[in-house]
Amino acid sequence: MQTFIELKQLTKWFGSPNSGGIKAVDSISFKVETGEVLGFLGPNGAGKSTTMKMVTGFLAPTSGSATVCGHDVQAEPLAVKKRIGYLPEGAPAYMDMTPEAFLEFCAQVRGLKGEAKKQAIKKAVDRTHIGGVLRQPVETLSKGFKRRVGLAQAILHEPDVLIMDEPTDGLDPNQKHEVRLLIREMAKAHAEGKGGRAVVLSTHILEEVEAVCSRVVLIARGRIVADCTPAEFMSKSRYHNAVTLALIPPPGVMIFEELKRIPSVESVEDNGTNKTADGTQVRCTVIARHGKAIAHEVSHLVKAKGWQVDMMRVEAGRLDDVFRELTTSSR
Amino acid sequence: MHGLGPVFRRELAGYFVTPVAYVFIVIFLILTGIFTFELGNFFERNQSDLRAFFDFHPWLYLFLIPAVSMRLWAEERKTGTLELLMTLPVSRAAAVAGKFLAAWAFTGVALVLTFPVWITVNYLGRPDNGAIFFGYIGSLLMAGGFLAIGACISACTKSQVIAFILTVVVCFLFLLAGFSPVTNFLQGWAPPIIVDTIQSFSFLTRFDSIAKGVIDARDMVFFASLIVVCLFINGVVLESKKS
Ligand SMILES: Nc1ncnc2c1ncn2[C@@H]1O[C@H](COP(=O)(O)OP(=O)(O)OP(=O)(O)O)[C@@H](O)[C@H]1O
Ligand SMILES: [Mg+2]
Repeated sequence: MQTFIELKQLTKWFGSPNSGGIKAVDSISFKVETGEVLGFLGPNGAGKSTTMKMVTGFLAPTSGSATVCGHDVQAEPLAVKKRIGYLPEGAPAYMDMTPEAFLEFCAQVRGLKGEAKKQAIKKAVDRTHIGGVLRQPVETLSKGFKRRVGLAQAILHEPDVLIMDEPTDGLDPNQKHEVRLLIREMAKAHAEGKGGRAVVLSTHILEEVEAVCSRVVLIARGRIVADCTPAEFMSKSRYHNAVTLALIPPPGVMIFEELKRIPSVESVEDNGTNKTADGTQVRCTVIARHGKAIAHEVSHLVKAKGWQVDMMRVEAGRLDDVFRELTTSSR
Repeated sequence: MHGLGPVFRRELAGYFVTPVAYVFIVIFLILTGIFTFELGNFFERNQSDLRAFFDFHPWLYLFLIPAVSMRLWAEERKTGTLELLMTLPVSRAAAVAGKFLAAWAFTGVALVLTFPVWITVNYLGRPDNGAIFFGYIGSLLMAGGFLAIGACISACTKSQVIAFILTVVVCFLFLLAGFSPVTNFLQGWAPPIIVDTIQSFSFLTRFDSIAKGVIDARDMVFFASLIVVCLFINGVVLESKKS
Protein backbone atom coordinates (compact mmCIF):
# COMPACT_ATOMS: atom_id res chain seq x y z
CA MET A 1 0.00 0.00 0.00
CA GLN A 2 1.31 3.37 -0.95
CA THR A 3 0.04 6.51 0.71
CA PHE A 4 -0.82 9.07 -1.95
CA ILE A 5 -2.28 11.85 0.15
CA GLU A 6 -1.77 12.55 3.78
CA LEU A 7 -3.41 15.44 5.64
CA LYS A 8 -2.21 16.27 9.13
CA GLN A 9 -4.26 18.62 11.27
CA LEU A 10 -5.00 20.73 8.22
CA THR A 11 -6.63 24.00 9.24
CA LYS A 12 -7.69 27.07 7.31
CA TRP A 13 -8.89 30.41 8.61
CA PHE A 14 -10.33 33.04 6.33
CA GLY A 15 -9.67 36.30 8.10
CA SER A 16 -8.09 36.49 11.49
CA PRO A 17 -9.18 34.12 14.29
CA ASN A 18 -9.72 36.95 16.79
CA SER A 19 -11.70 39.32 14.59
CA GLY A 20 -14.64 37.63 12.99
CA GLY A 21 -12.73 35.24 10.75
CA ILE A 22 -14.16 31.96 9.46
CA LYS A 23 -12.61 28.63 10.33
CA ALA A 24 -13.37 26.92 7.05
CA VAL A 25 -11.32 23.79 7.74
CA ASP A 26 -10.67 22.58 11.25
CA SER A 27 -7.83 20.09 11.97
CA ILE A 28 -8.62 17.61 9.25
CA SER A 29 -6.41 14.51 9.13
CA PHE A 30 -6.71 11.50 6.86
CA LYS A 31 -4.72 9.35 4.44
CA VAL A 32 -5.64 8.17 0.97
CA GLU A 33 -3.97 5.04 -0.35
CA THR A 34 -3.52 3.17 -3.62
CA GLY A 35 -6.69 2.39 -5.48
CA GLU A 36 -8.92 4.27 -3.12
CA VAL A 37 -11.74 6.44 -4.41
CA LEU A 38 -12.55 8.81 -1.63
CA GLY A 39 -15.91 10.54 -1.67
CA PHE A 40 -15.67 13.84 0.11
CA LEU A 41 -19.09 14.82 1.39
CA GLY A 42 -20.50 17.66 3.40
CA PRO A 43 -23.20 20.31 3.33
CA ASN A 44 -22.67 23.59 1.49
CA GLY A 45 -19.91 25.60 3.09
CA ALA A 46 -18.51 22.63 5.00
CA GLY A 47 -15.01 23.26 3.68
CA LYS A 48 -14.68 20.62 0.96
CA SER A 49 -13.44 22.95 -1.74
CA THR A 50 -11.17 24.76 0.68
CA THR A 51 -9.55 21.46 1.70
CA MET A 52 -9.03 20.50 -1.92
CA LYS A 53 -7.50 23.89 -2.67
CA MET A 54 -4.98 23.31 0.09
CA VAL A 55 -4.11 19.81 -1.11
CA THR A 56 -3.55 21.07 -4.65
CA GLY A 57 -1.39 23.93 -3.44
CA PHE A 58 -3.65 26.80 -4.43
CA LEU A 59 -4.29 27.95 -0.87
CA ALA A 60 -1.76 27.80 1.93
CA PRO A 61 -3.04 26.20 5.14
CA THR A 62 -3.14 28.33 8.27
CA SER A 63 -1.65 25.38 10.12
CA GLY A 64 -1.09 21.69 9.61
CA SER A 65 0.28 20.08 6.49
CA ALA A 66 -0.69 18.21 3.35
CA THR A 67 1.61 15.68 1.69
CA VAL A 68 1.10 14.28 -1.81
CA CYS A 69 3.17 11.30 -2.94
CA GLY A 70 5.63 12.01 -0.16
CA HIS A 71 6.11 15.66 -1.10
CA ASP A 72 5.00 18.41 1.22
CA VAL A 73 2.65 20.72 -0.68
CA GLN A 74 4.12 23.90 0.77
CA ALA A 75 7.77 22.88 0.54
CA GLU A 76 7.75 21.29 -2.92
CA PRO A 77 4.74 22.70 -4.75
CA LEU A 78 6.02 21.89 -8.22
CA ALA A 79 6.68 18.22 -7.49
CA VAL A 80 3.16 17.97 -6.06
CA LYS A 81 1.47 19.79 -8.94
CA LYS A 82 3.14 17.51 -11.47
CA ARG A 83 1.52 14.47 -9.85
CA ILE A 84 -1.94 15.89 -9.41
CA GLY A 85 -4.77 16.18 -11.88
CA TYR A 86 -7.23 18.72 -10.52
CA LEU A 87 -10.70 19.74 -11.57
CA PRO A 88 -11.46 22.92 -9.61
CA GLU A 89 -15.00 23.77 -8.54
CA GLY A 90 -16.97 25.09 -11.51
CA ALA A 91 -14.40 23.67 -13.96
CA PRO A 92 -12.76 26.95 -14.97
CA ALA A 93 -11.18 27.08 -18.43
CA TYR A 94 -9.88 29.87 -20.63
CA MET A 95 -13.03 31.13 -22.30
CA ASP A 96 -11.53 32.46 -25.50
CA MET A 97 -9.59 29.27 -26.27
CA THR A 98 -10.87 26.23 -28.06
CA PRO A 99 -10.75 22.92 -26.14
CA GLU A 100 -8.09 21.82 -28.58
CA ALA A 101 -5.81 24.79 -27.84
CA PHE A 102 -6.58 24.53 -24.13
CA LEU A 103 -5.60 20.86 -23.92
CA GLU A 104 -2.53 21.57 -26.02
CA PHE A 105 -1.52 24.24 -23.50
CA CYS A 106 -2.09 21.93 -20.54
CA ALA A 107 -0.11 19.15 -22.22
CA GLN A 108 2.79 21.51 -22.87
CA VAL A 109 2.79 22.71 -19.29
CA ARG A 110 2.78 19.08 -18.19
CA GLY A 111 5.94 18.60 -20.24
CA LEU A 112 4.36 16.28 -22.81
CA LYS A 113 5.92 16.41 -26.27
CA GLY A 114 5.47 15.11 -29.79
CA GLU A 115 3.73 11.79 -30.21
CA ALA A 116 3.19 11.27 -26.48
CA LYS A 117 1.38 14.60 -26.31
CA LYS A 118 -0.82 13.76 -29.28
CA GLN A 119 -1.72 10.39 -27.79
CA ALA A 120 -2.46 11.86 -24.37
CA ILE A 121 -4.75 14.53 -25.82
CA LYS A 122 -6.51 12.02 -28.03
CA LYS A 123 -7.09 9.66 -25.14
CA ALA A 124 -8.46 12.38 -22.88
CA VAL A 125 -10.72 13.66 -25.65
CA ASP A 126 -12.08 10.16 -26.31
CA ARG A 127 -12.64 9.43 -22.64
CA THR A 128 -14.62 12.63 -22.10
CA HIS A 129 -16.39 12.58 -25.50
CA ILE A 130 -15.52 16.12 -26.51
CA GLY A 131 -14.30 15.22 -30.00
CA GLY A 132 -17.21 17.09 -31.57
CA VAL A 133 -16.52 20.46 -29.98
CA LEU A 134 -12.73 20.67 -30.19
CA ARG A 135 -12.74 23.73 -32.44
CA GLN A 136 -15.47 25.68 -30.67
CA PRO A 137 -14.45 28.42 -28.18
CA VAL A 138 -15.02 27.25 -24.62
CA GLU A 139 -17.28 30.23 -23.84
CA THR A 140 -19.83 28.98 -26.36
CA LEU A 141 -19.95 25.45 -24.94
CA SER A 142 -22.82 24.22 -22.80
CA LYS A 143 -22.23 23.79 -19.10
CA GLY A 144 -21.82 20.02 -19.34
CA PHE A 145 -19.31 20.27 -22.14
CA LYS A 146 -17.32 22.88 -20.22
CA ARG A 147 -17.11 20.42 -17.36
CA ARG A 148 -15.99 17.66 -19.68
CA VAL A 149 -13.22 19.92 -20.99
CA GLY A 150 -12.17 20.48 -17.38
CA LEU A 151 -12.20 16.73 -16.80
CA ALA A 152 -10.13 16.11 -19.91
CA GLN A 153 -7.58 18.58 -18.60
CA ALA A 154 -7.45 16.80 -15.24
CA ILE A 155 -6.86 13.29 -16.60
CA LEU A 156 -4.65 14.34 -19.51
CA HIS A 157 -1.34 13.28 -17.98
CA GLU A 158 -2.59 10.13 -16.22
CA PRO A 159 -1.96 11.68 -12.81
CA ASP A 160 -1.10 9.64 -9.72
CA VAL A 161 -3.59 11.63 -7.74
CA LEU A 162 -6.85 12.80 -9.23
CA ILE A 163 -8.77 15.45 -7.32
CA MET A 164 -12.16 16.53 -8.57
CA ASP A 165 -14.50 19.08 -7.06
CA GLU A 166 -18.05 18.12 -8.04
CA PRO A 167 -17.09 16.39 -11.30
CA THR A 168 -20.61 15.39 -12.34
CA ASP A 169 -22.38 18.63 -11.50
CA GLY A 170 -24.28 19.72 -14.59
CA LEU A 171 -23.79 16.53 -16.59
CA ASP A 172 -26.62 14.64 -18.23
CA PRO A 173 -27.42 11.11 -16.93
CA ASN A 174 -25.46 9.46 -19.73
CA GLN A 175 -22.42 11.54 -19.02
CA LYS A 176 -22.73 11.00 -15.28
CA HIS A 177 -22.61 7.30 -16.01
CA GLU A 178 -19.61 7.74 -18.31
CA VAL A 179 -17.77 9.82 -15.73
CA ARG A 180 -18.40 7.22 -13.05
CA LEU A 181 -17.02 4.53 -15.31
CA LEU A 182 -14.06 6.76 -16.01
CA ILE A 183 -13.41 7.32 -12.32
CA ARG A 184 -13.52 3.60 -11.61
CA GLU A 185 -11.23 2.89 -14.49
CA MET A 186 -8.79 5.59 -13.38
CA ALA A 187 -8.74 4.23 -9.85
CA LYS A 188 -7.90 0.67 -10.74
CA ALA A 189 -5.47 1.46 -13.51
CA HIS A 190 -2.54 -0.66 -12.56
CA ALA A 191 -1.81 -0.99 -16.23
CA GLU A 192 0.90 0.79 -18.20
CA GLY A 193 3.47 0.11 -15.53
CA LYS A 194 1.72 2.52 -13.19
CA GLY A 195 1.29 1.60 -9.57
CA GLY A 196 -2.35 2.61 -9.41
CA ARG A 197 -3.59 5.91 -8.20
CA ALA A 198 -5.83 7.63 -5.71
CA VAL A 199 -8.96 9.57 -6.51
CA VAL A 200 -10.66 12.16 -4.33
CA LEU A 201 -13.95 13.62 -5.40
CA SER A 202 -16.48 15.84 -3.74
CA THR A 203 -20.12 15.50 -4.59
CA HIS A 204 -23.64 16.24 -3.46
CA ILE A 205 -25.03 13.28 -5.38
CA LEU A 206 -25.14 10.49 -2.85
CA GLU A 207 -25.84 7.67 -5.31
CA GLU A 208 -22.49 8.55 -6.80
CA VAL A 209 -20.85 7.60 -3.54
CA GLU A 210 -22.48 4.19 -3.67
CA ALA A 211 -21.60 3.84 -7.33
CA VAL A 212 -17.90 4.67 -7.29
CA CYS A 213 -16.43 5.37 -3.87
CA SER A 214 -14.53 2.91 -1.75
CA ARG A 215 -14.51 5.30 1.15
CA VAL A 216 -16.52 8.20 2.48
CA VAL A 217 -15.25 11.19 4.43
CA LEU A 218 -18.06 13.38 5.65
CA ILE A 219 -17.27 16.83 6.99
CA ALA A 220 -19.47 19.43 8.61
CA ARG A 221 -18.38 22.91 9.62
CA GLY A 222 -14.79 22.06 8.76
CA ARG A 223 -14.57 18.92 10.88
CA ILE A 224 -14.64 15.25 9.99
CA VAL A 225 -17.82 13.61 11.29
CA ALA A 226 -17.51 10.25 9.52
CA ASP A 227 -14.71 8.34 7.80
CA CYS A 228 -15.69 4.84 6.67
CA THR A 229 -16.73 2.68 3.72
CA PRO A 230 -20.03 3.42 1.98
CA ALA A 231 -21.45 0.19 3.46
CA GLU A 232 -20.51 1.19 6.98
CA PHE A 233 -21.85 4.62 6.28
CA MET A 234 -25.19 3.19 5.22
CA SER A 235 -25.30 0.87 8.20
CA LYS A 236 -25.55 3.95 10.39
CA SER A 237 -28.92 4.60 8.81
CA ARG A 238 -32.09 3.80 10.71
CA TYR A 239 -33.17 2.15 7.49
CA HIS A 240 -30.27 -0.28 7.60
CA ASN A 241 -31.75 -3.80 7.27
CA ALA A 242 -35.25 -2.39 7.17
CA VAL A 243 -37.74 -4.39 5.11
CA THR A 244 -40.02 -2.67 2.63
CA LEU A 245 -43.21 -4.59 1.90
CA ALA A 246 -46.12 -4.35 -0.46
CA LEU A 247 -48.84 -6.83 0.42
CA ILE A 248 -52.54 -7.44 0.28
CA PRO A 249 -53.77 -8.57 3.72
CA PRO A 250 -57.16 -10.18 4.24
CA PRO A 251 -59.76 -7.59 5.25
CA GLY A 252 -59.75 -6.58 8.90
CA VAL A 253 -56.18 -7.67 9.71
CA MET A 254 -54.04 -5.05 11.48
CA ILE A 255 -50.79 -5.92 9.76
CA PHE A 256 -48.81 -3.07 11.33
CA GLU A 257 -49.69 -4.34 14.80
CA GLU A 258 -48.74 -7.88 13.81
CA LEU A 259 -45.39 -6.73 12.39
CA LYS A 260 -44.58 -4.65 15.46
CA ARG A 261 -44.97 -7.73 17.58
CA ILE A 262 -41.71 -9.13 16.18
CA PRO A 263 -39.17 -8.44 18.96
CA SER A 264 -36.42 -6.85 16.87
CA VAL A 265 -38.76 -4.52 15.01
CA GLU A 266 -38.47 -0.91 16.07
CA SER A 267 -41.43 0.54 14.20
CA VAL A 268 -43.40 0.34 11.00
CA GLU A 269 -43.63 3.22 8.55
CA ASP A 270 -46.81 3.52 6.54
CA ASN A 271 -46.10 4.18 2.87
CA GLY A 272 -49.75 4.43 1.83
CA THR A 273 -52.14 2.13 0.03
CA ASN A 274 -52.74 1.25 -3.56
CA LYS A 275 -55.94 -0.07 -5.16
CA THR A 276 -55.34 -3.16 -7.28
CA ALA A 277 -57.54 -5.78 -8.90
CA ASP A 278 -56.92 -8.20 -6.00
CA GLY A 279 -57.83 -5.71 -3.29
CA THR A 280 -56.15 -2.93 -1.34
CA GLN A 281 -52.40 -3.15 -1.39
CA VAL A 282 -50.68 -1.86 1.74
CA ARG A 283 -47.11 -0.60 1.55
CA CYS A 284 -44.87 -0.15 4.53
CA THR A 285 -41.28 -0.15 5.72
CA VAL A 286 -40.47 -2.26 8.74
CA ILE A 287 -37.61 -0.66 10.61
CA ALA A 288 -35.19 -2.88 12.50
CA ARG A 289 -34.13 -2.17 16.04
CA HIS A 290 -30.39 -1.19 16.06
CA GLY A 291 -30.07 -2.32 12.45
CA LYS A 292 -30.52 -6.01 13.26
CA ALA A 293 -31.30 -8.38 10.41
CA ILE A 294 -35.07 -8.88 10.46
CA ALA A 295 -35.78 -10.08 6.95
CA HIS A 296 -36.03 -13.67 8.06
CA GLU A 297 -38.49 -12.98 10.85
CA VAL A 298 -40.64 -10.75 8.68
CA SER A 299 -40.86 -13.30 5.87
CA HIS A 300 -41.63 -15.99 8.40
CA LEU A 301 -44.53 -14.01 9.82
CA VAL A 302 -45.88 -13.18 6.37
CA LYS A 303 -45.77 -16.81 5.35
CA ALA A 304 -47.33 -18.03 8.58
CA LYS A 305 -50.21 -15.59 8.19
CA GLY A 306 -50.62 -16.39 4.51
CA TRP A 307 -50.61 -12.75 3.37
CA GLN A 308 -50.23 -12.15 -0.34
CA VAL A 309 -46.85 -10.46 -0.88
CA ASP A 310 -46.40 -8.37 -4.01
CA MET A 311 -42.95 -7.06 -3.13
CA MET A 312 -40.40 -7.46 -0.40
CA ARG A 313 -37.04 -5.70 -0.27
CA VAL A 314 -34.30 -5.44 2.33
CA GLU A 315 -32.90 -1.92 2.60
CA ALA A 316 -29.16 -1.31 2.88
CA GLY A 317 -29.73 2.08 4.37
CA ARG A 318 -30.37 5.53 3.05
CA LEU A 319 -27.37 7.75 2.52
CA ASP A 320 -29.24 11.03 2.63
CA ASP A 321 -30.72 9.99 5.92
CA VAL A 322 -27.29 9.37 7.49
CA PHE A 323 -25.96 12.49 5.85
CA ARG A 324 -28.71 14.60 7.43
CA GLU A 325 -28.36 12.91 10.78
CA LEU A 326 -24.60 13.39 11.02
CA THR A 327 -24.42 16.92 9.68
CA THR A 328 -27.28 18.46 11.62
CA SER A 329 -27.17 16.77 15.02
CA SER A 330 -23.79 17.76 16.46
CA ARG A 331 -24.22 21.48 16.87
CA MET B 1 11.03 28.95 -14.59
CA HIS B 2 9.00 25.81 -15.20
CA GLY B 3 6.27 26.40 -17.78
CA LEU B 4 7.45 29.80 -19.05
CA GLY B 5 7.29 28.82 -22.73
CA PRO B 6 3.72 27.48 -22.79
CA VAL B 7 2.39 30.38 -20.71
CA PHE B 8 4.08 32.89 -22.99
CA ARG B 9 2.75 31.26 -26.15
CA ARG B 10 -0.75 30.87 -24.78
CA GLU B 11 -0.91 34.49 -23.71
CA LEU B 12 0.48 35.85 -26.95
CA ALA B 13 -1.89 33.72 -29.03
CA GLY B 14 -4.68 34.95 -26.75
CA TYR B 15 -4.27 38.49 -28.06
CA PHE B 16 -4.83 37.41 -31.60
CA VAL B 17 -7.81 35.07 -31.22
CA THR B 18 -9.92 37.95 -29.94
CA PRO B 19 -10.37 41.33 -31.63
CA VAL B 20 -8.35 42.95 -28.81
CA ALA B 21 -5.09 42.80 -30.73
CA TYR B 22 -6.45 44.21 -33.94
CA VAL B 23 -8.38 47.01 -32.26
CA PHE B 24 -5.37 47.92 -30.19
CA ILE B 25 -2.93 47.91 -33.08
CA VAL B 26 -5.19 49.88 -35.40
CA ILE B 27 -5.88 52.52 -32.75
CA PHE B 28 -2.22 52.68 -31.86
CA LEU B 29 -1.23 53.22 -35.48
CA ILE B 30 -3.95 55.79 -36.15
CA LEU B 31 -3.07 57.76 -33.04
CA THR B 32 0.67 57.70 -33.72
CA GLY B 33 -0.14 58.89 -37.23
CA ILE B 34 -2.31 61.74 -36.02
CA PHE B 35 0.11 62.77 -33.30
CA THR B 36 3.16 62.61 -35.50
CA PHE B 37 1.91 64.19 -38.66
CA GLU B 38 -0.78 66.56 -37.41
CA LEU B 39 0.03 67.61 -33.86
CA GLY B 40 3.76 67.02 -34.07
CA ASN B 41 4.22 69.12 -37.21
CA PHE B 42 6.40 66.38 -38.65
CA PHE B 43 6.68 68.06 -42.05
CA GLU B 44 6.79 71.67 -40.90
CA ARG B 45 9.72 70.98 -38.61
CA ASN B 46 11.75 70.22 -41.67
CA GLN B 47 14.13 67.97 -39.80
CA SER B 48 14.84 64.40 -40.68
CA ASP B 49 14.38 62.77 -37.31
CA LEU B 50 11.52 61.12 -35.41
CA ARG B 51 11.26 63.48 -32.44
CA ALA B 52 7.71 64.37 -33.40
CA PHE B 53 6.92 60.64 -33.43
CA PHE B 54 8.57 59.64 -30.16
CA ASP B 55 7.52 62.69 -28.16
CA PHE B 56 3.96 61.50 -28.01
CA HIS B 57 4.67 57.93 -27.01
CA PRO B 58 4.52 58.49 -23.25
CA TRP B 59 1.05 60.03 -23.55
CA LEU B 60 -0.17 57.40 -25.93
CA TYR B 61 1.05 54.65 -23.65
CA LEU B 62 -0.61 56.29 -20.69
CA PHE B 63 -4.01 55.15 -21.98
CA LEU B 64 -3.24 52.28 -24.30
CA ILE B 65 -0.93 50.20 -22.10
CA PRO B 66 -3.31 50.01 -19.13
CA ALA B 67 -5.91 48.72 -21.59
CA VAL B 68 -3.56 45.84 -22.34
CA SER B 69 -2.37 45.20 -18.80
CA MET B 70 -5.73 45.43 -17.03
CA ARG B 71 -6.84 41.96 -18.05
CA LEU B 72 -3.59 40.15 -17.28
CA TRP B 73 -4.53 38.89 -13.83
CA ALA B 74 -7.92 40.47 -13.10
CA GLU B 75 -9.56 38.33 -15.76
CA GLU B 76 -8.01 35.13 -14.41
CA ARG B 77 -9.27 36.00 -10.96
CA LYS B 78 -12.74 36.76 -12.21
CA THR B 79 -13.17 33.59 -14.27
CA GLY B 80 -11.46 31.30 -11.77
CA THR B 81 -8.72 30.24 -14.17
CA LEU B 82 -6.21 31.59 -11.66
CA GLU B 83 -6.88 28.47 -9.59
CA LEU B 84 -6.25 26.34 -12.65
CA LEU B 85 -3.04 28.15 -13.58
CA MET B 86 -1.70 28.09 -10.04
CA THR B 87 -2.33 24.35 -9.66
CA LEU B 88 -0.68 23.43 -12.96
CA PRO B 89 3.04 22.74 -12.65
CA VAL B 90 3.95 26.33 -13.53
CA SER B 91 6.20 28.19 -11.13
CA ARG B 92 4.94 31.53 -9.98
CA ALA B 93 7.92 33.31 -11.52
CA ALA B 94 7.19 31.64 -14.86
CA ALA B 95 3.53 32.64 -14.78
CA VAL B 96 4.38 36.26 -13.95
CA ALA B 97 7.20 36.49 -16.47
CA GLY B 98 5.32 34.61 -19.20
CA LYS B 99 2.32 36.90 -19.02
CA PHE B 100 4.45 40.03 -18.89
CA LEU B 101 6.70 38.99 -21.76
CA ALA B 102 3.71 38.13 -23.95
CA ALA B 103 2.12 41.52 -23.31
CA TRP B 104 5.45 43.17 -23.95
CA ALA B 105 6.01 41.26 -27.16
CA PHE B 106 2.53 42.27 -28.24
CA THR B 107 3.23 45.99 -27.73
CA GLY B 108 6.54 45.36 -29.51
CA VAL B 109 4.58 44.13 -32.51
CA ALA B 110 2.43 47.26 -32.47
CA LEU B 111 5.57 49.38 -32.24
CA VAL B 112 7.28 47.59 -35.13
CA LEU B 113 4.20 48.18 -37.27
CA THR B 114 4.91 51.91 -37.13
CA PHE B 115 7.76 51.29 -39.57
CA PRO B 116 6.09 53.33 -42.34
CA VAL B 117 6.96 56.42 -40.31
CA TRP B 118 10.60 55.36 -40.37
CA ILE B 119 10.42 54.72 -44.11
CA THR B 120 8.89 58.15 -44.66
CA VAL B 121 11.63 59.95 -42.80
CA ASN B 122 14.30 58.00 -44.67
CA TYR B 123 12.61 58.80 -47.95
CA LEU B 124 12.50 62.51 -47.16
CA GLY B 125 15.96 62.96 -45.76
CA ARG B 126 19.03 61.43 -44.15
CA PRO B 127 18.12 60.76 -40.53
CA ASP B 128 20.43 59.33 -37.91
CA ASN B 129 19.13 55.77 -38.00
CA GLY B 130 21.17 54.80 -34.96
CA ALA B 131 19.36 57.42 -32.91
CA ILE B 132 16.03 56.21 -34.28
CA PHE B 133 16.90 52.64 -33.36
CA PHE B 134 17.62 53.64 -29.79
CA GLY B 135 14.47 55.70 -29.80
CA TYR B 136 12.56 52.52 -30.53
CA ILE B 137 14.47 50.61 -27.86
CA GLY B 138 13.73 53.38 -25.36
CA SER B 139 10.07 53.40 -26.31
CA LEU B 140 9.87 49.64 -25.88
CA LEU B 141 11.54 49.85 -22.47
CA MET B 142 9.13 52.54 -21.38
CA ALA B 143 6.21 50.43 -22.58
CA GLY B 144 7.66 47.60 -20.48
CA GLY B 145 7.71 49.88 -17.44
CA PHE B 146 4.07 50.84 -17.94
CA LEU B 147 3.13 47.20 -18.49
CA ALA B 148 4.91 45.97 -15.40
CA ILE B 149 3.13 48.57 -13.28
CA GLY B 150 -0.15 47.57 -14.89
CA ALA B 151 0.45 43.83 -14.38
CA CYS B 152 1.19 44.41 -10.73
CA ILE B 153 -2.02 46.41 -10.25
CA SER B 154 -4.07 43.90 -12.23
CA ALA B 155 -2.94 41.17 -9.84
CA CYS B 156 -4.54 43.06 -6.95
CA THR B 157 -8.12 43.07 -8.20
CA LYS B 158 -10.88 41.10 -9.88
CA SER B 159 -12.14 44.13 -11.72
CA GLN B 160 -10.55 45.12 -14.99
CA VAL B 161 -12.07 48.59 -14.74
CA ILE B 162 -10.42 49.23 -11.39
CA ALA B 163 -7.14 47.87 -12.73
CA PHE B 164 -7.36 50.20 -15.73
CA ILE B 165 -8.11 53.34 -13.75
CA LEU B 166 -5.51 52.69 -11.06
CA THR B 167 -2.87 51.94 -13.66
CA VAL B 168 -3.59 55.15 -15.54
CA VAL B 169 -3.33 57.12 -12.30
CA VAL B 170 -0.07 55.51 -11.19
CA CYS B 171 1.50 55.82 -14.63
CA PHE B 172 0.35 59.42 -14.79
CA LEU B 173 2.24 60.11 -11.55
CA PHE B 174 5.36 58.54 -13.02
CA LEU B 175 5.00 60.76 -16.09
CA LEU B 176 4.25 63.91 -14.13
CA ALA B 177 7.29 63.46 -11.94
CA GLY B 178 9.34 65.07 -14.69
CA PHE B 179 6.80 67.37 -16.28
CA SER B 180 8.25 70.87 -16.10
CA PRO B 181 5.28 72.64 -14.44
CA VAL B 182 5.38 70.04 -11.69
CA THR B 183 9.14 70.30 -11.31
CA ASN B 184 8.90 74.08 -11.15
CA PHE B 185 6.18 73.86 -8.56
CA LEU B 186 8.23 71.45 -6.46
CA GLN B 187 11.38 73.52 -6.73
CA GLY B 188 9.52 76.38 -5.09
CA TRP B 189 9.51 74.72 -1.68
CA ALA B 190 10.93 71.19 -1.60
CA PRO B 191 14.59 70.57 -0.81
CA PRO B 192 16.66 69.79 -3.93
CA ILE B 193 17.29 66.20 -2.93
CA ILE B 194 13.58 65.44 -2.95
CA VAL B 195 13.06 67.22 -6.24
CA ASP B 196 15.93 65.22 -7.73
CA THR B 197 14.63 61.92 -6.39
CA ILE B 198 11.16 62.55 -7.72
CA GLN B 199 12.56 63.67 -11.01
CA SER B 200 14.70 60.58 -11.27
CA PHE B 201 11.54 58.50 -11.36
CA SER B 202 10.20 60.45 -14.26
CA PHE B 203 9.44 58.48 -17.37
CA LEU B 204 9.36 61.71 -19.35
CA THR B 205 12.88 62.89 -18.52
CA ARG B 206 14.35 59.43 -19.01
CA PHE B 207 12.56 58.80 -22.24
CA ASP B 208 13.27 62.26 -23.55
CA SER B 209 16.99 61.75 -23.52
CA ILE B 210 16.71 58.29 -25.07
CA ALA B 211 14.43 59.65 -27.80
CA LYS B 212 16.99 62.34 -28.54
CA GLY B 213 19.44 59.55 -29.22
CA VAL B 214 21.39 60.12 -26.01
CA ILE B 215 22.22 56.68 -24.73
CA ASP B 216 22.67 56.69 -21.00
CA ALA B 217 23.00 53.29 -19.36
CA ARG B 218 21.33 54.71 -16.27
CA ASP B 219 18.08 55.31 -18.16
CA MET B 220 18.10 51.76 -19.46
CA VAL B 221 18.88 50.40 -16.01
CA PHE B 222 16.08 52.50 -14.56
CA PHE B 223 13.44 50.97 -16.79
CA ALA B 224 14.87 47.48 -16.47
CA SER B 225 14.93 47.63 -12.70
CA LEU B 226 11.46 49.17 -12.58
CA ILE B 227 10.19 46.18 -14.55
CA VAL B 228 11.97 43.68 -12.31
CA VAL B 229 10.74 45.31 -9.11
CA CYS B 230 7.13 45.53 -10.35
CA LEU B 231 7.12 41.91 -11.46
CA PHE B 232 8.57 40.83 -8.15
CA ILE B 233 5.78 42.66 -6.33
CA ASN B 234 3.34 41.07 -8.79
CA GLY B 235 4.53 37.65 -7.67
CA VAL B 236 4.28 38.53 -4.00
CA VAL B 237 0.73 39.87 -4.46
CA LEU B 238 -0.30 36.65 -6.19
CA GLU B 239 1.08 34.53 -3.42
CA SER B 240 -0.53 36.50 -0.64
CA LYS B 241 -3.90 37.19 -2.22
CA LYS B 242 -5.21 34.13 -3.93
CA SER B 243 -8.92 34.26 -3.48
N1 LIG C 1 -12.01 33.29 -0.18
C1 LIG C 1 -12.77 33.15 0.88
N2 LIG C 1 -12.87 34.14 1.78
C2 LIG C 1 -13.62 34.01 2.89
N3 LIG C 1 -14.32 32.92 3.18
C3 LIG C 1 -14.27 31.89 2.34
C4 LIG C 1 -13.49 31.94 1.14
N4 LIG C 1 -13.64 30.77 0.50
C5 LIG C 1 -14.46 30.02 1.24
N5 LIG C 1 -14.84 30.69 2.35
C6 LIG C 1 -15.72 30.16 3.41
O1 LIG C 1 -15.21 28.93 3.84
C7 LIG C 1 -16.25 28.02 4.11
C8 LIG C 1 -16.04 26.74 3.33
O2 LIG C 1 -16.20 26.98 1.96
P1 LIG C 1 -16.01 25.87 0.86
O3 LIG C 1 -16.08 26.54 -0.47
O4 LIG C 1 -14.80 25.09 1.16
O5 LIG C 1 -17.31 24.97 1.08
P2 LIG C 1 -17.76 23.66 0.30
O6 LIG C 1 -17.76 22.57 1.29
O7 LIG C 1 -16.95 23.47 -0.92
O8 LIG C 1 -19.25 24.04 -0.05
P3 LIG C 1 -20.10 23.73 -1.39
O9 LIG C 1 -20.74 22.41 -1.17
O10 LIG C 1 -21.14 24.81 -1.37
O11 LIG C 1 -19.20 23.79 -2.54
C9 LIG C 1 -17.55 28.75 3.78
O12 LIG C 1 -18.09 29.25 4.96
C10 LIG C 1 -17.10 29.89 2.90
O13 LIG C 1 -17.95 30.99 3.05
MG1 LIG D 1 -17.34 23.46 -2.91
